[in-house]
Amino acid sequence: MRYAMTMDIKKCVGCSDCVVACQTENNVPLGFCRDWIVENVDGTYPNLELEIRSERCNHCDNTPCVRTCPTGASHVIEGGIVKVTHSECIGCGACIQACPYDARYFHPDGYVDKCTFCDHRVAKGQDTACVSVCPTKSLAFGDLDDPNSPVSILLRERKWKVNAPEAGTKPQVYFLI
Amino acid sequence: MSSEKLTKEEAKTRFEKMVSDITRPMTHHYGLNVWIFVLLMILSLFGYAYFIQVRDGLGVTGMHDYAAWGMYIANFVFFVAAALVGMLISAVLGLSGQKWITPVSRIAEMIAVAFAMIAGLVIVFDMGRPDRVLNVFIHGRVQSPIVWDLTVVTTYTIISTLLLVLPLIPDMAIIKKRLTNAPKWQMMIWNMLSLGWIGTPEQYKILHRSIRALLILIVPVALMIHTVTSWLFAMTPRAGWNSTVFGPYFVTGAFVTGVAGVIVAMYFFRQNYKLKDYLTDFHFDKMGKLFVLVAMVYMYFNVNEFFVPGYKMMEGEDHHILTLFVGSWAGLFWFAQIFGNIIPMFLPIFKFFRKPMPLMIISVLAVLGAWIKRYIIVIPGQLHPFLPVQNVPDKFHFYVPTGPEIAITLGTIGMAITIITILAKIFPVIPIWEVAEEKGIDKETINE
Repeated sequence: MRYAMTMDIKKCVGCSDCVVACQTENNVPLGFCRDWIVENVDGTYPNLELEIRSERCNHCDNTPCVRTCPTGASHVIEGGIVKVTHSECIGCGACIQACPYDARYFHPDGYVDKCTFCDHRVAKGQDTACVSVCPTKSLAFGDLDDPNSPVSILLRERKWKVNAPEAGTKPQVYFLI
Repeated sequence: MSSEKLTKEEAKTRFEKMVSDITRPMTHHYGLNVWIFVLLMILSLFGYAYFIQVRDGLGVTGMHDYAAWGMYIANFVFFVAAALVGMLISAVLGLSGQKWITPVSRIAEMIAVAFAMIAGLVIVFDMGRPDRVLNVFIHGRVQSPIVWDLTVVTTYTIISTLLLVLPLIPDMAIIKKRLTNAPKWQMMIWNMLSLGWIGTPEQYKILHRSIRALLILIVPVALMIHTVTSWLFAMTPRAGWNSTVFGPYFVTGAFVTGVAGVIVAMYFFRQNYKLKDYLTDFHFDKMGKLFVLVAMVYMYFNVNEFFVPGYKMMEGEDHHILTLFVGSWAGLFWFAQIFGNIIPMFLPIFKFFRKPMPLMIISVLAVLGAWIKRYIIVIPGQLHPFLPVQNVPDKFHFYVPTGPEIAITLGTIGMAITIITILAKIFPVIPIWEVAEEKGIDKETINE
């Protein structure tokens, strides 16, 4: 089992619904977020190209954050989901430094928090909060080992890219282009 | 130094004068009360600031999503730097038979022990959940640089404490016989640490052997302590940190910091403890030459650290280097480079600047420069991340330490100085027996 997410850049309108849904679903403290919207503008007027991405933890195959954790609070669970055990985290911040995607933040209660791919919803067979609210269906979630899952189909049929491949982390959030 | 044969009488009078010179500040201390009062003020300020931080969390600091490591970690790197060299100076020079280091060695060791003891605490003050510090031991995992760092800092603190205590044994025996009207708790400490020393050849043999073994052991541990500290940064793919020379770069930087720190302490003890006969101009001259040497080595690594990425100007690195050299960090950067490296490299070449007073001024500036250097290694590297998050609050783009943060940092420096003060109050700052042996006083007189 290998969970992954795809994000269709062509469909996204940048409404930030996924951000709000995540904050509500996961009780993220005010002023913080586990996913976020990036808008990149390329080119010069009038030949402009706008790319909108919804980004989150990439749940990498090669996890620099888990490697650097001194206590094992950061760990990988089945399906390749990277999680933080809040009660074991000492709040040293080493994983925040190690993450090339800036996907982790300091919770005001002194531990580090991040996207969990909504594993509590996934366990019940539901989609993650962000996927379930996306109005343009630009987000999809599923198991890469299952050839009929939505992500496997999309990755077969579309061109895709990942963020910062040069960091060598083998990220598992794919952007369809 | 002088090895001419002394008569029994001469040796005795010389030795007694030496002991009374060195131990006088331990019983007569003008201004110590004022000094302790100042330190207590700093420590209580620290206590209040830390109370606020524990109560309200790390949010009271200036650290945020971008700069998740701030002044504390910069201060930690400085502490490690200050801790390692005191030992390394006395170990490397002692092992290679440089006799002139003997009177300086205990001062260097006291600095090392004090800073090493507090270095571990500085990390705890940076932690979001200090109550869970034991988790590092309960759930510790070997592949985490944080665990390496904790292990090596602890090992180093233990070995350096041993290396401070072992050469104290004969001195304790000397002192407990002479300062008989000292407070009872001091007598107890001296008595305990003298370990029944009476100066038999057997005891000398064991002492020399164990000191030598520790001196050899401390060299790799001291090198590792700062290399591992540099790996905390170099193991992450950030512009400005992603560097292969970080280990030696940090170690050589620590040489400069350490030598400067030892010179400042030497000057202070020489003036306040009136030890002009033991910490002579000759010692400052030698330390000045050492200063030039270590600053040159440091310059070599500085050139490597900035010239190689600066030539290629890869994406990310270019922004980092430009902000350091000509951008918003230029003021601090050039202060650190000029006072922390260039001036110590050139000025002490001239004889005038190796005199105690000018050398001390250069060293104070070099210590200040060294602290700022750690600051500009730790902070700017975080302010331009790999993939910046957009629309973040404006305050994310720069880092400014807050009041409690500065108070806690000051407090940690105050703690280290408090430890040095206490050590210098109850132990002689010059190794009496070693200096006496070098002055040609025989062992019988020393242990009488």
